[in-house]
Amino acid sequence: MSKRTIIPFGPQHPVLPEPVHLDLVIEDERVVEAIPSIGYIHRGLEKLVEKREYTEMVYVIERVCGICSFGHGWGYCKSVEGNMEIVVPERAEYLRCIWHELSRIHSHLLWLGLLADGFGFESLFMHSWRIRESILDIFEKTTGGRVIFSVCKLGGVRKDISAEGLAEIAGILEGIKGELTELTEVFLEDYSVKNRLVGVGKLSYSDAVELCTVGPMARASGVVQDIRLDGHGAYGKLDFAPVTEEAGDCYARCKVRIREVFQSIAMITQAIAQIPEGDIAVPVKGMPQGEFVARMEQPRGEAYYYSIGNGSKFLQRMRVRTPTNMNIPAMVKTLQGCDLADVPMLILTIDPCISCTER
Amino acid sequence: MPVLKIGKMVMGSLFKKPATLMYPVISREWQERTRGQIAIEMDACILCGICMRKCPTDAITVEKASRSWTIQRMQCIQCCCCVEVCPKKCLMNKPEYTTPDIKKISDRFEKPPEEPKPAPAEKPAPAAGEAKAAPAEGAAKPAGATKLEKPAPAPAE
Repeated sequence: MSKRTIIPFGPQHPVLPEPVHLDLVIEDERVVEAIPSIGYIHRGLEKLVEKREYTEMVYVIERVCGICSFGHGWGYCKSVEGNMEIVVPERAEYLRCIWHELSRIHSHLLWLGLLADGFGFESLFMHSWRIRESILDIFEKTTGGRVIFSVCKLGGVRKDISAEGLAEIAGILEGIKGELTELTEVFLEDYSVKNRLVGVGKLSYSDAVELCTVGPMARASGVVQDIRLDGHGAYGKLDFAPVTEEAGDCYARCKVRIREVFQSIAMITQAIAQIPEGDIAVPVKGMPQGEFVARMEQPRGEAYYYSIGNGSKFLQRMRVRTPTNMNIPAMVKTLQGCDLADVPMLILTIDPCISCTER
Repeated sequence: MPVLKIGKMVMGSLFKKPATLMYPVISREWQERTRGQIAIEMDACILCGICMRKCPTDAITVEKASRSWTIQRMQCIQCCCCVEVCPKKCLMNKPEYTTPDIKKISDRFEKPPEEPKPAPAEKPAPAAGEAKAAPAEGAAKPAGATKLEKPAPAPAE
């Protein structure tokens, strides 16, 4: 009979920049059980809501996560705007959509690079990140920041993009589409990549539903779930369908994310073609009163923003529930019974963001 | 074959110039909107302290007594909240990052001491004398803002 051993994994691990710790119970190189623990990077951002005015809090909420910073800022604004019944101008809604979809492309390209790095394909990693760089340049040119934009504010957005700027963005996206197609072939057809991904960490449809998975993780198991479908912002006017796969393994999750990059490019092109002229912000008057829940589709999945105001300039409570929080149970489930060598791949394919989760 | 595809891309990169930049040895091109650092026009500042109260990270200190405006460069997150709320619009965003440093840098800007109030109209002679003295004082601290050469020590955290 084989002996059981416990191998600690993380919080510092070469494949994973995120501080998550796992106790892996091993039996003959096979994982029997995985016990996750988080709590290494708690910053208490939600508590700050009591000390920062509701208009300044957006700068803090944006810093919950470096990758989906725009989405967090938008989610907070959406929640407080709902609270105060502010109607955002249409042009601002479109601009928000464009920046949010660009964030999705940047997040997925970052993830694809990390995945390539995880299975040891360094040139693929470098090229994914080189393409991502052009998206960061668009951010710097349009918002002033490369990672944190500080461009979303209550009642609209701070900066406008000119017609020439929008045309330039469309041109850049068209340019990277060709390079991305070349990379896609390697990610999806190369045998060495397939050996690491196909059939690894299967999550069935019923498990995905039962464990409340969100985002690409759920869509890779065939669950049609995308918050953008509710038509918030300008999403109601854009034509798109959620990307889903049936297999539920690491390869399917990789495929979903690659297809979403192309989908986001198509959505931005549509938004640029449709964007109306007009104001980009409305003045905000009064103080938030009452409670409101907003949902956003972040690159990693559904995020949840709850705010409650008491008529003062400080919100009473603000709660953010991030997608990784929901995907950890599914990660633990897929880890049971996998090979020890596949553990990094399985953790990577849920695209964990522990900093988001702990806030 | 996919390997050939990436092979082509990799071989191509061998003959292209690097995609990265040896920053900060080689300076980079800044965009017009780049949020690099906060700059202040001290002449226009009225030391109202709104920027200090609104700053999300408490990076700004305004001291009315010493007529100074101090910013902790490492604490500032370049959100430009202060630029937005400044009633005199004397704060602005400079599209250039601060020089990399291993110490916590802070910049202190001072306003020249307040000019004495002009004397009543019936005594014109002393007023003229004061008016002469004021520019001399201004010349000792040029351009309204004096950047300390030695950074002020950051408060212990």
